[in-house]
Order: sequence, then structure tokens, then C-alpha cells
Amino acid sequence: MLDLSVNVHKLLLKNPVMSASGTFGYGPEFDDFMDVNRLGGILTKACTSKNRDGNRYPRMAETPSGMLNSVGLQNKGVDYFIDVIYPKISHYNTHIIVNVSDSTVEGYMEVAEKLNPLEKITGIELNISCPNVKEGGMAFGTSCPMAGAVTKAVRGVYNKTMIVKLSPNVTNIAEIAKAVEDEGADSVSVINTLLGMAIDAEKRRPVLSTITGGLSGPAIKPVALRMVWQVSKAVKIPVIGLGGISNATDAIEFLLAGATAIQVGTANFVDPQVCIKILDGIEEYCSRHGITDIKELIGALES
Amino acid sequence: MKKFIHDFEVTRNIHITDDYFALNLKCPVSLPDMLPGQFAEVLVGNSATTYLRRPISIYDTNYDTNELSLLIKKVGDGTIALSKLKEGDILNLVYPLGNTFSMPQGENALLICGGVGIAPMLLLAKLLHSKGYNPDILIGGRTSADIIEPGKYEPYGEVFITTDDGSAGEKGMVTQHSLFTEKIKSYSIIYACGPDPMMKAVARVAASHQIPCEISLENTMACGIGACLCCVVETIDGNKTTCVDGPVFDTRTLKL
Repeated sequence: MLDLSVNVHKLLLKNPVMSASGTFGYGPEFDDFMDVNRLGGILTKACTSKNRDGNRYPRMAETPSGMLNSVGLQNKGVDYFIDVIYPKISHYNTHIIVNVSDSTVEGYMEVAEKLNPLEKITGIELNISCPNVKEGGMAFGTSCPMAGAVTKAVRGVYNKTMIVKLSPNVTNIAEIAKAVEDEGADSVSVINTLLGMAIDAEKRRPVLSTITGGLSGPAIKPVALRMVWQVSKAVKIPVIGLGGISNATDAIEFLLAGATAIQVGTANFVDPQVCIKILDGIEEYCSRHGITDIKELIGALES
Repeated sequence: MKKFIHDFEVTRNIHITDDYFALNLKCPVSLPDMLPGQFAEVLVGNSATTYLRRPISIYDTNYDTNELSLLIKKVGDGTIALSKLKEGDILNLVYPLGNTFSMPQGENALLICGGVGIAPMLLLAKLLHSKGYNPDILIGGRTSADIIEPGKYEPYGEVFITTDDGSAGEKGMVTQHSLFTEKIKSYSIIYACGPDPMMKAVARVAASHQIPCEISLENTMACGIGACLCCVVETIDGNKTTCVDGPVFDTRTLKL
């Protein structure tokens, strides 16, 4: 009997496959295509203290083996999430983890504090790595003191599992990971999107309204894999790996690099059933390799 | 409406002009109901530059043969790859996506199509016709080469044509067509799909006559199912997704 369960701090995931924030809506968007309950967890679209309209269209540019986005945290705010969205997703029999972002430390605290009592929200993912907002977002995730400060502040008001999602747009991601671990992070998600840019040569204009945006998809997988490997060696808390995962083999690679669980992001846009295919593929890999406990694979890279 | 993901078999790839082609696709199960204006997210595959699916309007449906067809304009790597599909090839579709048009509150309806914007209008014309309407269908293009299969619309309404250069129908833009001077006040609703400047011009004229106007947008998309929020349009109620809240919008709700 194969044991696929993994522990991310206090969260016992039935398997290591989760959906990445911003690529899966809140879950119901995928109900027609899969049994969402089969996932190890859902990371919701980012939630901020107040309503945000996000950036102007165009917010997306397709790139070789990936895409750039500059959505800019569009959401209706934490109160709307609690009143309207939460009742529609609280029936899911999986971990629902809300991605939390804002422009100020106080904003992050407000969202976390309001989410803390919600029974079915078993954790939050602090988004200190969104490259698409003018204030806050990635600014918190690119310096150790800032990353530590926001982590510490939210830790003070949130007592369930707190994951911090790290930015790859830094010189030394392991240092940032250690800084948030020191301030009470229970886990880190590695990585958010890479800052990129697309130009329309015919029009001599940037494609995105914001000029720059976050690169995701298979194009970033090698970078993500390297960073997961670096971070997992630097911290004791569990690492959640993401960045371009499109199939079970990719997912296994992240586990071998040191990830305890993985998130599937942009691939959901190409195949709305990909999360389930990855889960089935992981089972197939384990049976082919005679693995009875998925945890055997975590950090099991041989050299 | 329930959404599906299915592998369709290409039953025909019809070369219409150098720029336009239509794919007839057979559904592996009974073809689900689809509404005018709805679209499919088509997986192109096998190319680094076409990573994402392509949102394409449902052009026509045949529930007897379980086939649907897509009318496609070659605009980039993705649509060019699709143009090379052959009979028997498999194409993966996520569908039917998006909303639909509302029915007229009065008698007359005007459908305005520009270029590949005619695609969602065929099912709309059929539906209107089946409900007893006899819509006017105005098809515009830069030249006669942009007027795609006007004969297909003739059983469902009266077809009018304009071209910028006068090579087919009346010369000028759609809003300069004689329908606009002679009949505009008789329409209880105007539907439009085509290039943005055309739809904006139509919306302005409709607003000046207080005629409801619905347009079908073609914003670039990633997911097509409301998950990524990339395809938004500015409305009086904030940003809305073209893929779920649209692609059909009442122009009075848009910040054009």
C-alpha cells in the first residue's frame, strides 16, 4: 500500500500535489474537470485587505514555453472572501490555504487575523513575492530584513500553518528563506514568478500594460528546481516546490531536490486536469520504483 | 453550463481563403449544447511558441453528426499550426466556454460582423431565425477577401456587405452603410463582433440612438475558465473576465 501523505508543518496532506495560487481560482473553476478533493491542497487566488482591480489589460503575454502575467493581485478583499467565497469552498475535503498579500505590513496582518478563525482555512501562504504591484508584494520578499519583518508581524496574529512564498528575483534565495524561518515561518514556497518582459517589435511597444511581468511555465523549471535544492539545504522547515511543473516527472524532480510537497501552476491553464494526471503519475512512478512511502523521495537526490 | 474537455477528430479542414480556414471536428460523445457567442480553448501543442490554448469561437454545430466547426484566421504560429491539421488528426478542446447574447426585446435585430468576427454570429443568426426573427446581417471587411462565406448567413436573415475599398458591397465602414441612415431606428438591438475600432464605432452609434448593443470581445486569454484573470475588460463594476463574464458584453456596461 502506497503512502502518499506528507506533512507541511501541522498540515497532513493526503498527497503532495497542490494547486498554485493565481492559477486555480478558488477551486470551483475546476470542478467540471476533476475531483478537487483528490488534491493535497488548494492555494487560493491572492487575498488582500481591500478590493483590488489589478492592472490594466493587457496583463498576459505568451512566451516560449511559458507566459508573463501582470494581473496585479485582483481580488475583492478579505471581507468578501469570508462572506461570499469561503461558504462556496468550505465543503472541499482538502486543505484550503489562502494566499495573502498586501501593500503594507498592517495589511498583511489584517488579512491573516481575519482568516485565522475560519475552520476550513488550515493555513495561509504569505505572498511576499508578487512582482506586479507598485507597493509591497515583491518589495517585501527581496530583502532579508523586510521579509523577516512581515513574517514576524503576521506570525504574531496568525497561529495556524504559515507558509511564506519566496521571490526568485534575489541574489541569494537561501538567505531570505532563513530570515523567514527565523521569524516563525512554518514552511516556504519556492518559487514565485521571475520578473520578465515582452516587446511587440511591430508596434515598438511593451506587450504588458505594466511593461514588466512575472514569468511562469516550463521555461522557469530549471531555475525553480535549483532554488528548491538550495533552500532545502539551508532551512529545516518543509519546502514546497513550484515553478513550471507540468507532469509527474517534473513533480518527482522537485521532491528529489528537497521539496516536501509541490504546487502546479501555469500548467492548469493548458490542461485543467493536469493536477490529477500528475497525482496519478506519481503513483505510477512509485509503483515502478518499488516505493511504498512518498516521503522516501524527499531530498533523495543521489550524487 | 457544464464545461468539458474532449479529444475531437478533425473530419475536414476547409481552405476558405489564404487567410481563413474552417475546421470540422467530431466529438467523441454526444455534442453538448452550445450557445451563440461561446468558444472553445483549443490545444495547439508541439511548439514552444504556442504554449497556451487558443480561444476560438464556435462557428457552427451539427447535433446529428456530433460535429462542431471553428472558423479561424491565420494570425500567428498557433493558428498557422491549426491550419495544417488533416482529416483524422486529434484536437483537444475545453468547451463550451463563456456567456451568450440576450434575445431582442423588440422585432428587428442587426448583426454586424467584421473579419473573423463573423464566427460567433452564425449561431446567433440561426437562433434568432428559429425564434421567428428575420435579422439584418451586415458583414464588413477591408476588401472582398475579408468577406467570409456570406452565403452561409442568407437562410437566416438579410445579408448586407461593406468593404473599405468598395470591392464588395457598399464602400466604406460598417457604420457608413445605408442601413445606418435608413433603418437604424427600427432595430431593438445591435450585436457586433469584429475589430475593436469597429465595435467601438457601432457602440457609439447604438448609444446615440438608445439602442441596446452587445459585442463579443476577443481579448487574449490564458485559462479560459476564470482562473487566471488575464483577459479582463474594464466595466462600470470593475474588471470582469472576458472568458467567464463575457465574451459578450452589453456596451452600456463597458468603459470603452
